Amino acid sequence: MGFLNAAHLRFLFDGLLWTVGLSLLAFVGGGLLGFAVALGSSYGPRGSRLLVSLYIKLIQGTPLLVLLPLAYFGLPALGLDVAPLAAAAMALSIYVSAYLGEIWRGCIESVPRTQAEAAECLALRWHQRVWHVILPQAIKIATPPTVGFMVQIVKNTSLASAIGFVELARAGQIINNSTFEPFVIFVIVAALYFVLCYPLSVLSRRLERKFHVAHR
Amino acid sequence: MSPIVEIDNISKCFGSTRVLEGVSFTVRKGSVVAIIGQSGSGKSTALRCIDRLETVDSGHIKVCGHDVTGPGLDLHQLRRDVGIVFQSYNLFPHLTVLQNIMLAPRLVQKARKPQAHETAMAVLNQVGLADKADHYPSQLSGGQQQRVAIARSLAMSPQLMLFDEVTSALDPQLTGEVLRVMERLAADGMTMILVTHEMAFARKVADEVIFMHRGRVWEHGPASILDAPATTELRDFVGNGL
Repeated sequence: MGFLNAAHLRFLFDGLLWTVGLSLLAFVGGGLLGFAVALGSSYGPRGSRLLVSLYIKLIQGTPLLVLLPLAYFGLPALGLDVAPLAAAAMALSIYVSAYLGEIWRGCIESVPRTQAEAAECLALRWHQRVWHVILPQAIKIATPPTVGFMVQIVKNTSLASAIGFVELARAGQIINNSTFEPFVIFVIVAALYFVLCYPLSVLSRRLERKFHVAHR
Repeated sequence: MSPIVEIDNISKCFGSTRVLEGVSFTVRKGSVVAIIGQSGSGKSTALRCIDRLETVDSGHIKVCGHDVTGPGLDLHQLRRDVGIVFQSYNLFPHLTVLQNIMLAPRLVQKARKPQAHETAMAVLNQVGLADKADHYPSQLSGGQQQRVAIARSLAMSPQLMLFDEVTSALDPQLTGEVLRVMERLAADGMTMILVTHEMAFARKVADEVIFMHRGRVWEHGPASILDAPATTELRDFVGNGL
């Protein structure tokens, strides 16, 4: 016992950074795509609404563990070469977009219709109504569940290990393969995930309470 | 003087329910018209058709020179010319009173900030709420919110103001402060169409009263028709109000 050394810890720390980086990429990519999904399903013409809802159902009904290899092994098979980071970011973004898009659609639709009507009667154009009246209110409603969902994103990045991406979970596995101290290693890995996720959970809960108080 | 609103034989169904049946009336510039009637008599629907929040099945509507029921309607321009105030105020909760009022002049009329600010303070003074400029709607009473909603419409200097049961959600004291604002507006010569349950107010301020019943204009005339109803329906309606 006691084979865990400084090099191992540095390796774990690198994995942690990749987990953070991949989480950010997934959140930004998934957020942008999810925003388009939310707008498309709230305001798009009938055809696009149908298409978007199909997209959401399709992605939500597919395991991330399938989406990841699909991007990493599937795209090269079609002649597109992708690095593990690009494949992981892409698969995670698509996965995240389906969930955030659905959450945000609900938030947009929970802004009372009368708000859009009032803005319409003040002669605001469609984009002005959405940008100045609907979205500011929807974003307020959306913040707590969005921050809450970021916890899921952080944890789901661990699945990127399936396509050879060395993030925190994979780094832990690799170290364990040489030190055979699974209990020590994976407790450390779990603690590091906890350090990343716990503040997000607390923030989400706090925002939720603040939001409820503001609306009482 | 030519009418600012011409409604000619409009009808409308919601599913199988006829809500408007051959409704016609005109509104002269500068006059105040009160539409009264029981809930479900079609009065709010008629009002909403004027601002094209509802479409009609048949008939014609002309408002401020816009052919509301025609194919080439410039909806944007119609909304610039017509202001509407709702029962539920519908202020924007994320904006202060001042921001609520300045939003449309800034975005629609492309007014510069100082100019929009000046207009906003002027209409706030008009409704007696200049001291609440930096408050959020949730910090105001219902009556104050409704007066802000009126000010918000006025800031766009509409040619016609529609009021859809604007005091129905307020207690008598708050109703009074909103009605006083509307009375002053009428005295200043604003053309107003109001759907209301305030018979005393209709009697006092309205130049014309339209009594709607079962989707039709049942009686139409000067406010004095309230004192001498020609039909049993209006007599019952006015009588129940006492």
